[in-house]
Amino acid sequence: MPDKTPEGTEEIPAGGVVATDPADRSAWPLWEVFVRSARGLSHVHAGSLHAPDASMALRNARDLYTRRNEGTSIWVVPAAEITASDPDSKGGFFESPQGKAYRHATYYTQSEGVPHL
Amino acid sequence: MSAQQAHLQAVGSQAAAEPITEQARRAADEARVGWERFQELIAEDKRVEPRDWMPDHYRKTLVRQVSQHAHSEIIGMQPEGNWITRAPSLKRKAVLMAKVQDEAGHGLYLYSAAETLGTSRDEMYQQLYTGKAKYSSIFNYPARTWADVGAIGWLVDGAAITNQVPLCRASYGPYGRAMVRICKEESFHQRQGWEILYTLSHGTEAQKQMAQDAVDRFYGPALQMFGPPDDESPNSQQSMAWNIKRFSNDELRQRFVDMIVPQAEALGLTLPDPDLKWNEERGHYDFGELDWDEFFSVVKGNGPLNHQRLAHYRRARDEGAWVREAAAAYAAKQDAQARETALLSA
Repeated sequence: MPDKTPEGTEEIPAGGVVATDPADRSAWPLWEVFVRSARGLSHVHAGSLHAPDASMALRNARDLYTRRNEGTSIWVVPAAEITASDPDSKGGFFESPQGKAYRHATYYTQSEGVPHL
Repeated sequence: MSAQQAHLQAVGSQAAAEPITEQARRAADEARVGWERFQELIAEDKRVEPRDWMPDHYRKTLVRQVSQHAHSEIIGMQPEGNWITRAPSLKRKAVLMAKVQDEAGHGLYLYSAAETLGTSRDEMYQQLYTGKAKYSSIFNYPARTWADVGAIGWLVDGAAITNQVPLCRASYGPYGRAMVRICKEESFHQRQGWEILYTLSHGTEAQKQMAQDAVDRFYGPALQMFGPPDDESPNSQQSMAWNIKRFSNDELRQRFVDMIVPQAEALGLTLPDPDLKWNEERGHYDFGELDWDEFFSVVKGNGPLNHQRLAHYRRARDEGAWVREAAAAYAAKQDAQARETALLSA
């Protein structure tokens, strides 16, 4: 797939990231929807929707994401209120656990064959 | 596209205070890192997520495909919505309402996915409203009889599922996730359509004929839902290289034909194609040439109902405007009151 420039280096196609949140350019704000499918389980992200206010967002979320009994509880959160980690700093931000296999039980092998351990 | 482009930017271009060369060097560096990472994700068949760097061409292809798909779901409510008030029983009516409501939901899942690529919801609505956006041509055919509602469920939703199941693994994360949700719900649509036809084909002679007529009308257009033959589908190859599409148009069409032949037999109906027969050597059914002149003519806007579908959408949008305005006014009022109360109690 990559094309080569005359100098033999790889040509990088025009591209980029989304710099402005497209949700800011719609009449109604964007809400993220979290649904608890059953008692005892966490709320899980189901999707998003646009609504003028929180109570309409809840009603719309019910109609959009729980038409088949998928939920016993719904959270709606204004998308603009969510603080997210920067995807570009992926390496650095999540670096700490790298190479720390000793944090997992599978790291310890001497106990193999010993019952209940 | 230019309005959208203004909201996309190459990483690094915001550092205006720095000398231009330094800034350009950094932008180029970050573009290179972004491009390498993108290629890596595609090569390892991993998912691209909304805030990742991606080539403009990939983004544009997805915006076009996902928003067209969303528009198709929205316009797709019309042929069946038309039958809600005339469904033959209360049960059939409840089922049809649930199905049409699902189509609205599918449209909304897909608009959400498309929105993450940088095109706002209102821009997409506007593109459909003005007729700039395309939607699946199948919805420009009328649903003339109750049997057509069955044929749409069985053949049109059936073709859609065949097309959509591989899209659950599309390389763009939000699109794949929307498709997973949609595919789960579509299987009810196809079965209920098949059951409508089954009931009719086991009814009176006239009812069976009505079912056969509906299948005769929808067979060809349903097969064309997979798009033009591979050698006339120039964008397919790029979409496959990007792991958006997993199978070619002709592969999916073949898969669909192989599935519906025994289903038609179980209905006791025939498929309107004299060339349809099992090919022992290939292990597939052979089928006849489709009318591609008609297909391209409908795509260009000359189908039986292109005009009505769009006019109906515009009317619904215009007539619903006051509801949206009232909801926004109510939200603003509640907001103002809440702030006032906060001030008073402070």
